[in-house]
Amino acid sequence: MNRKLSLLALPYAVWLFLLVVIPILIMAVYAFTTSDSAATLENFTDMGIYASVFVRSFRLAAIATLICLLIGYPAAYFMAGEGSGFQRVALALIMLPMWMNFLLRTYSWMSILENNGLLNQLFQKIGLFSLLKIEAFQMLRTPGAVTLGMVYNYLPFMILPIYSVILKLDRQLLEAARDLGANSAQVFLRVILPLSLPGVLSGVTMVFVPSVSTFAISRLLGGGTQMMLGDLIEQQFLGGAYNPHLGAAISMVMMVIVVLCMALMNHFGEGEEQAVML
Amino acid sequence: MAKELIRLQNLCMAYDGETILNNINLYINDKEFLTLLGPSGCGKTTTLRIIGGFTTPVSGDVFFDGVRINDVPPHKRQINTVFQKYALFPHLDVYENVAFGLRMQRVPDPNSKRGVKLSNEEIDRRVMEMLESVSLKGFERRRVDALSGGQQQRVAIARALVNRPKVLLLDEPLGALDLKLRKDMQIELKRIQQQVGITFIYVTHDQEEALTMSDTIVIMDKGNIQQIGTPEDIYNEPKNAFVADFIGESNIIDGVMVKDKAVKMYGRLFPCLDAGFAENEPVDVVIRPEDIDIVPVEQGQLTGTVTNVTFKGMQYDIIVDFRGFKWLIQTTDHSPVGSKIGIKIDPDGIHVMKKSEYSGMFGDYSSFSDEYDELNGADDGAEGQSDES
Repeated sequence: MNRKLSLLALPYAVWLFLLVVIPILIMAVYAFTTSDSAATLENFTDMGIYASVFVRSFRLAAIATLICLLIGYPAAYFMAGEGSGFQRVALALIMLPMWMNFLLRTYSWMSILENNGLLNQLFQKIGLFSLLKIEAFQMLRTPGAVTLGMVYNYLPFMILPIYSVILKLDRQLLEAARDLGANSAQVFLRVILPLSLPGVLSGVTMVFVPSVSTFAISRLLGGGTQMMLGDLIEQQFLGGAYNPHLGAAISMVMMVIVVLCMALMNHFGEGEEQAVML
Repeated sequence: MAKELIRLQNLCMAYDGETILNNINLYINDKEFLTLLGPSGCGKTTTLRIIGGFTTPVSGDVFFDGVRINDVPPHKRQINTVFQKYALFPHLDVYENVAFGLRMQRVPDPNSKRGVKLSNEEIDRRVMEMLESVSLKGFERRRVDALSGGQQQRVAIARALVNRPKVLLLDEPLGALDLKLRKDMQIELKRIQQQVGITFIYVTHDQEEALTMSDTIVIMDKGNIQQIGTPEDIYNEPKNAFVADFIGESNIIDGVMVKDKAVKMYGRLFPCLDAGFAENEPVDVVIRPEDIDIVPVEQGQLTGTVTNVTFKGMQYDIIVDFRGFKWLIQTTDHSPVGSKIGIKIDPDGIHVMKKSEYSGMFGDYSSFSDEYDELNGADDGAEGQSDES
């Protein structure tokens, strides 16, 4: 019976092997060879010149994740405490942007943040610029714009797992804490927060991983001034700097760092079944 | 000797327009083991939650030691609760679960307006003492979900009692345990209550639990208190058909109180001990299955036909048809199905009750096999309990 059922997993296993395992192996081969197919470690030793890109990628992704957490946790917490009607509407509103094309959403932010975009026009109308004696706020092509793009695009992935964990919390545990003398702040800090950590961990994973490897957001909102790992890798394969061997090596290093980060976080999550890798 | 500790006055509770509590008046003495007993939906848990501060009554007052505490939040009441499913904190080990309340506590201190926290030594001493008294020494660092049901139960009790509350509320705390463990825990709980010398307010739907442990039993149904009394009072002098049926087994027969100490059933006068009814007042008569003696037909006050016999170990449960109304009789004598028997009831085996809204609803064993299945069936695992007493 079980063996028959396990046959059903076969198509997926084949799929996984052909489209995940083999490509990673090919990438590994590329990373450790030169264009003459000779084995080398040069791709890794050469990577030092891109250290700033690594730092920027991880820094911006970390900042975006932190902001998502600071916005997402309270949002999820209050949502879970409201009536089911409110929850349905709030969930729909959170999901709504995700039904629109990712590039379209990011382009929209360009037209909002541009020097003669919506925001700056608004500031001009209310006379802010004549007051400050400047032409416009430079918002596009800044690290802030890139971070904003990440937060905007990935915030739902922070809210949803935290929300579902808090929603499933046993209300009786909260009553028990109050019964034992905890005031509202203590109930939160000593019961709700520790018990919602699994949701926080998976939210952090789901925001951090795509943020660190994004290239569209940094290209569109950073305008080329905020090169991130995703852009760098893309350039090695499609762009002018064509060097798939280096691109593969950078990808591998990024993958290893991300896996390490996740492993570290799972370690603190102590056996909670959450924080899966994407 | 008994000092009043908690008073519930004209308590009413409704939810979605449905009445849950209908004008509850109750006072609870210090150091008393009081049980709120009733079927599910009778309002017993709501009453407990109001005392704990988790539910606010629609109207009515709660007094604690003479002070109105309606608006005092749970964490400021000198009351702790053992929750139905224990509600242990899954992220904390046994020690930290028990220490939780102590870590929240602040004791008055001349140098600090908010008071100071208990010292770690004090917490450690009290937690270890408590764990020892519930026989959980050596389990300090265990995860709570790695404990058995009985152990979790004891952690929950220790976690509540370590705070030295004046009142402990227990919401069906033995419901999740198996029969053997439940019996042990009943004795254990009673021992703990006498040892710490505080008030226990216990909620259950299990009459046997209530009879075993309580000083006072409060029987509730449909948001009303049906009767308050000691276990003996309630068993021997039930106020109405509901109480008689809920506590133990009862044959409840329509009768007429001809005069003091004489009740008429089946057209025949039975001497009894009850008095104070109007002349010829229609009444409900309770006769417990164990108070009926089987005698030869010619000596019987009534004669009937045996329709069902069940061997129960200590006795036979036999169903006897008296002119279409079936009685349950518990006897050590075997009477085969179909045989005619006579019965005799001593005056003290007859209990007369005023008619109530419950008259005619209980006490007939015509559908014995159904009821029998029910008693022995699921019902939260209360196997075979209801028919023992």
